[in-house]
Formats: sequence, C-alpha cells, structure tokens
Amino acid sequence: MTRGIDRRWFLKASAAATGGLLVGIYLPEAGEVVLDAQFGPPGGGPIVPSAFIRIGTDDVVTLIVHKPDNGQGTETSIAQLLAEELDCDWSRIKTEFAPINAALYGGALQGTFGSMAIRTTYDPMRRTGAAARDMLMQAAASRWNIQKSQCRTENGAVINTVTNARLSYGSLAEAAAKLPVPANITLKDPAQFKLIGKPLQRVDTPAKVTGKATFGIDVRLPGMLHAVVARCPVFDGKVARFDATKAKAVPGVTHVVEIPQGIAVVAENTWAAMEGRRVLQVEWDEGPNAKLSSPEIRQRLLTLTTTEGGGVAEQHGDFAKALAAVSQPIEATYEAPYLAHARLEPHACVAQIKDGVCEIWTGTQIPGQAHSTAVQASGLKPDQVRVHTTYMGGSYGSRGGGPFVMEAVEVAKATNRPIKVTYSRDDELQHDLYRPASAVRFMAALDTEGWPAAWFARIACPTWMGLRNGVARESVEGIAEYDIPNVKVEYHDPKLPIPTGYWRSVGLSQNTFFAESFVDELAARGKKDPVELRRRLYAKSPRLLAVLNLAAEKADWGKPLPAGRFRGVAAVAGFGSFNAQVAEVSIEQGRVRVHRVVCAVDCGRVINPTGVIQQAQGAMVYGLSAALRGNITIDRGRVAESNFHQYEPLRMNEMPVVDVHIVSSTAAPGGMGELTTPPIAAAVGNAIFAGTGKRIRRLPFSLEKI
Amino acid sequence: MANITFTLNGASQSVDVVPEMPLLWVLRDVIGLTGTKFGCGMALCGACTVHLDGQPVRSCSTPIKSVAGKRVVTIEGLSPNGTHPVQRAWMEVDVPQCGYCQSGQLMTAAALLARKPKPTDADIDEAMRGNLCRCGTYQSVRAAVHRAAAMNGGRS
Repeated sequence: MTRGIDRRWFLKASAAATGGLLVGIYLPEAGEVVLDAQFGPPGGGPIVPSAFIRIGTDDVVTLIVHKPDNGQGTETSIAQLLAEELDCDWSRIKTEFAPINAALYGGALQGTFGSMAIRTTYDPMRRTGAAARDMLMQAAASRWNIQKSQCRTENGAVINTVTNARLSYGSLAEAAAKLPVPANITLKDPAQFKLIGKPLQRVDTPAKVTGKATFGIDVRLPGMLHAVVARCPVFDGKVARFDATKAKAVPGVTHVVEIPQGIAVVAENTWAAMEGRRVLQVEWDEGPNAKLSSPEIRQRLLTLTTTEGGGVAEQHGDFAKALAAVSQPIEATYEAPYLAHARLEPHACVAQIKDGVCEIWTGTQIPGQAHSTAVQASGLKPDQVRVHTTYMGGSYGSRGGGPFVMEAVEVAKATNRPIKVTYSRDDELQHDLYRPASAVRFMAALDTEGWPAAWFARIACPTWMGLRNGVARESVEGIAEYDIPNVKVEYHDPKLPIPTGYWRSVGLSQNTFFAESFVDELAARGKKDPVELRRRLYAKSPRLLAVLNLAAEKADWGKPLPAGRFRGVAAVAGFGSFNAQVAEVSIEQGRVRVHRVVCAVDCGRVINPTGVIQQAQGAMVYGLSAALRGNITIDRGRVAESNFHQYEPLRMNEMPVVDVHIVSSTAAPGGMGELTTPPIAAAVGNAIFAGTGKRIRRLPFSLEKI
Repeated sequence: MANITFTLNGASQSVDVVPEMPLLWVLRDVIGLTGTKFGCGMALCGACTVHLDGQPVRSCSTPIKSVAGKRVVTIEGLSPNGTHPVQRAWMEVDVPQCGYCQSGQLMTAAALLARKPKPTDADIDEAMRGNLCRCGTYQSVRAAVHRAAAMNGGRS
C-alpha cells in the first residue's frame, strides 16, 4: 500500500541531540497553523528534540508515547504501531512518555481520553515508523552503493539482498538523519504484521510487579515537603477564618498557608501533614449549597422528567401520533446516582518553581491541561513550565490536570519549596468531578404484533459541557439508538451545583442502563424474546447485531440454566466499537450475585489481544461495581461517603467469570477503554427481571430489596 | 520522637520518628521505598500490604512503634530481581493494568502461598478479598496465583 503523505501528517526528521536519528510527525489534531508557526514551512527549520522515534548509535530504539497510560496499555500498543512499521527488535525497545509539545503531541489536548488513543494514532504512528525505516534503508543503500529496492529490513537491521550484508539501525542512524523524509511511504500489508495483533507482554509489567513503576504519588525531590489541603466540604463554600496554632504544634508540620482552594498544611512527611490538618481549626463559609441534599436533588430530577418543553435532542417520525394510536402506552421512569471515580491512586502532584521554571510531576490523562493549569497558577510563560508525566494509578475520566495541579503550584509558590500535594481517600471521594445523577421518563407504544412503534425519552441530567440548541449532548447519548419508526428525545438541565465530569463511558454509563432495560420491558410486554427483539432493533447496525448473536451463542441463550440462575442481555455501540453482554445471576439472601458474563467485542482491528481482553474485563467490572452499590449521596451540600466502607468497589470474592470473545475484523481500530462499562448494569437488571419478575429502575441495585 | 529499629528487607533499619506514625509513611516518606502504596488509610483496600514477621499486614494502620524488633518485607524485598513465583506468574499472565494495587496484591498472594501452597479458588477469594483493584484485574490475579502455586508451591 503506497500513499502520498497527507500534508496534515507532515513528517520531520533530524539528527537526535544525542546523535542518531529522530523522526517526528505532525499530528492531524494539532492543526496546521500552530505547526507552521512553530516549525516554519514544511521542509525548513530544525525539529525540536522530541518526537516519536529516537534511534541511537548504540542501536537503542526509543519510542516516545504521547498518550499517557491510565492503565489501559497505550504505552505498549502505541509502541507496537511504531515498532511494526519500523521493523525494529521489540526486545530492545525503550519507551518514554512525551514531554509537552503543542505542535508535535496535541497541545492543550495532548492526552488520553474518549477511548481515542489508538483510534487517532493507528495511521500516523505507522507512517512515522515506516518513514524512519525508509530513511534507514536509503542510508544503507547509499553506503552499499545499491538501490534502496535491493534492501530489506529485519529486526532492527537493514539487509543487503545482493550480498546478505547487514547494517544495524544504530550504525545507520546518523547518515539517515541527513536524508530528506520520503515523499511516499509504503505501509506494510497487514498480512505481514509481526507485532500488531499479537498478545505482546505489556512493556510496563516488569516495573509494576517489582514496585519500581513511578506513579505521581511516588515522585520525590530533594528538599521536597508534603502537603494536604483542607477544602470546604460544602461545594462552592470557602474559608471564613482559621487558626493554625494546633496544626503547627504537630511534630513535622512546617507551614500552614491559605491558598485559593483552602488551607494547605505542609509537613516533612504526608502523615504529619494529615495529622496537622486533622487538628486544624477552620471555620467555613458554607455558601449557598449548605442545605442541598440527595432527596431534593432526586425530586428536582423526577419533576423535570414530567415537565414539558425540554430541548429536543432527537426527533423522527411522529411520536405523538403513534402514541395516540395505542390504548395503553408503556411508561417507566429510571434513575441513576452520582458516582465518584475512586481510582486507587489518590490525586498527587509534585511542583517545583526554581530559577524561573515551574516543573510538574504528576499522573495525568491530559498533560496539556496540567501544563495550562500550571502556566496559569505560576504566572510563568508556557515555555517556562514543564510537565513530567508519570504512570497513573487509575483514572477513569477525571485525572485531567486541573485542581490538584493548581493546588501543588499554589503551595510551592507560598512556601518556596518543592511540594507534593496528596489527596486522602476522603478528599478523593468528596472533592471529585462526579458522574452526574440523572433520571429519564420513557413512553413507548407497541404495534399490533408487539414490536416497538414509538419511543420517547425525557432526560434530566446536569451538564458540565454546556448546552447546544438546549441539549447537553453527552447527557442524551445512547438513549434512542434503535430502529424504531417514531422517536423523540427531550432534555432538561436541572442546574445543580455538584461538580460533574467525565466518568468512564460518560453518558452511556447511565443511558445504556436506562435504554437497554426499557427495551427489555418492551420485550416482556410484546411477548418477545429479549434477543429476538434486539435483533430487530439493531437491524441497521450489522456489527452490533453480530456481537449480539455471538454473545447469545456463547452464553447458550435460550437453553436451560441450573435452578436459581437467570440470564439477561444488553448491548452498546460506542467509541467506534461494539459490545454485547449476557450476565448470569442468582439472588442470594436478597442480594444480586453475578456468576458469569459473556462479553462479545468488535473493536475493529486488534492491536494487542491481551489489552483488549484486559479492557473488556476491567471496564465491565467498573460498571458492575457501580451497578451493584455505587452511590454518592449529598448531605447538606457535601458528599456523605468518605472511604471504601461506604463506597465499596467489587472485590475478588464477588468477581464473576468473564468470557471475552473478540470478533476478528479488519475494520479501523475502535476504542476499548470504556466500551464494556455501559451494558453490564442493564444485563444484570434484565437477568434479575428474568428470574424474579421484578424490574429495577433505580441504580444502584443495593437500594432495593430483591 | 522515638528511635525505632527493625529489619527491613533483610537489613537493619533505624528511624527517628513519632511512634504513632504508620509504617506506610515511614517506608514511603522517611526511608523512600515507594513500592508500598497509599490507597485508603483505613485498612480497607490492601494497597499498602507488607509482610510483618511473615504475616500480611496493612502498613497504613500499623504504627511504627509496633514494628520495633520485627521483620518487615516490602515489594522491593520480596525477591532479589522480581523472581518470586508470584512475580514470575504475574508477568506470565500479564496481570497489571494501572498497576497501583499490584504491590499489595503480590504481597498478599505471596503470604497466602507461603501458608497454603495449593490454594483453591475459595482460599484465594478469602485471602485476596481485602485487596481492591479498580481496573478489575481479579480474574488475572486468580489465574496468576494458581500459576505461581504450580511453579513450586509458591516458594521462591
């Protein structure tokens, strides 16, 4: 396959600062204007010493990963893309996380989010690898005085096909760096892939089983002090007054300083800082939200679901007419709670301001955001601020680079010392950006044969992204994705003051539960098998239909189960991928027990099958924890839950057996980081209904006695 | 402040700290061994698990004064080069995702295998239920514990 280079993906190459070859690529998401301003017109000017591939004269190939790894394996899979086309020796590669570079790596959006790490890099990373390989071949051909076409590559070396002579990439790197980037790049035929599609061991595994992997919370600098911040427990409250006397009397406490976010207690170690905060005397001005509690929030959401006049998110056919044609419309109201992310590594950020340079070390999904936050907080210029990206102890949506980076810089400024700010578990649960609580009212009509003819959904859900034409798009996604002739979706913004944000799979995390549960209600009412009905509703999405059929087949759908076991099915299309799940459950002493989940996945071409299986299992477990008992409640303007005894994720003894089945596909790679979170709650709820006849319309399941 | 001496990963270690300070923070902030992780501070998540005289304990809730004269082993001291059977099994199964809980998972699993060289699924559930993993690696953890047991009874 030979293609001209799209100018948006303009490649640059140069000598590496340390000797050797460096190949970079202009990323499409960065935008050309920025690129040209940074580098001058294509073909001129030196490239900054950071790119994607660095080949040293010592034969070490360093692959630079610009998508931070939240745990989902981007470090490995992006390296596979680069190394595949480069044809280097996988056992000799090194990986590094990229520094901040707007032009090369995406600027303010340099980061990993939206299940896009592979989707946006599959082509550019392969082209980068192929360009470097081409230049190395050209350098070898010149040295041997033969045509490039008489060369081939293998395992980090160029082979002379005439003489079988061999030159390592390292020995060619300096010569290759002087060559122009090829105008045409030949990508491998996928049939020749040696690395893409293979279950290679993750490159981070050895460090993560020996305690050597450095997370943000592990960073230590000479002279560094440790800080925790006392923040007003009530959202939008602030400090009225404080007395630092008792906190300062705690051995090890060195400073107590007020910053915009609250009062920072600084000490020689984290524990002393926490002890200091425990005895710190603060009087809070709790502000306007001090009386807001969950029952009132719930009532506001429910009231809006019966209030006319919401923004129209979707409309086709004639819903009102179709509904009027039936004597008994089917109606149901569903609810979902606020959720915290509860990543296991609490937020932590190290900041140092020295000689006019602010340096940040943190685990963040979006180093670009951490950089802009630090620029703003430090008052320095963008090129005076550096971000070092570490591993992240989980993220799941909200490890952006906002408040915790701001706090670290503020405390570093106030103390003139390198500072690590660490969140405690209660800080994590009580000062998060929450998955919004929401409610939906459905109305539907069946035709005379029992098939859905009309589908109406009115959603009330807070938004953090704002409205377009009266609708928060993330709040309505996935609520009406069916082949039904008459559809209308309305949206209301309840304008609640609880801070909300991205939570693994975003709007689908609740809307797939709502919609795929209500579909099951329609199946029961129309006397259809739930899989049979879905086949009809997914008719226009062949790939969704295929994973549904695969999951049903592998789960023995329709065949008898042991006494007391029940099955439920649900599916989702999202992030460029498709997933269907069949959950097998029982009820033990009024509690739901999930025994097995059959999970069929179509994510297009697979880069690393182990990674896909890990994500399929992990994202499902994340959704299952939330479905069973995830619930953040608001009590007088503050979050009531403080630790894992009140917000308890799934544990080992509750883990179902997960059978992941991957559809073999040559379609463009889809996302996997979030795909399997949405369907599990509906699959379990539908199984509970199959077994007990009880339809649960409110999450988490622990709220209702079954 | 008190001077407390204990054995850390086979070597004698003395620290001069507040006697109530949890072992976790002594390890991480005073000594600088950061492989042992902070997750909850209340012995609810298992991320801080270390071995105290061979038993798995939550270092976040273990005051340093109770460690005096005892043997502490952390993930850094579990084996010389990541060669303990649980570490080899974890690598073969490719268990970690974000990896933050895995030090604790490995220490709990190593203690289980020392006590019970051929654990059943029920034994694993019972021993490992105190170790939370938000990435959902439990199925891989279970497989890796069985694989380590198959190597040589989980003994290094």
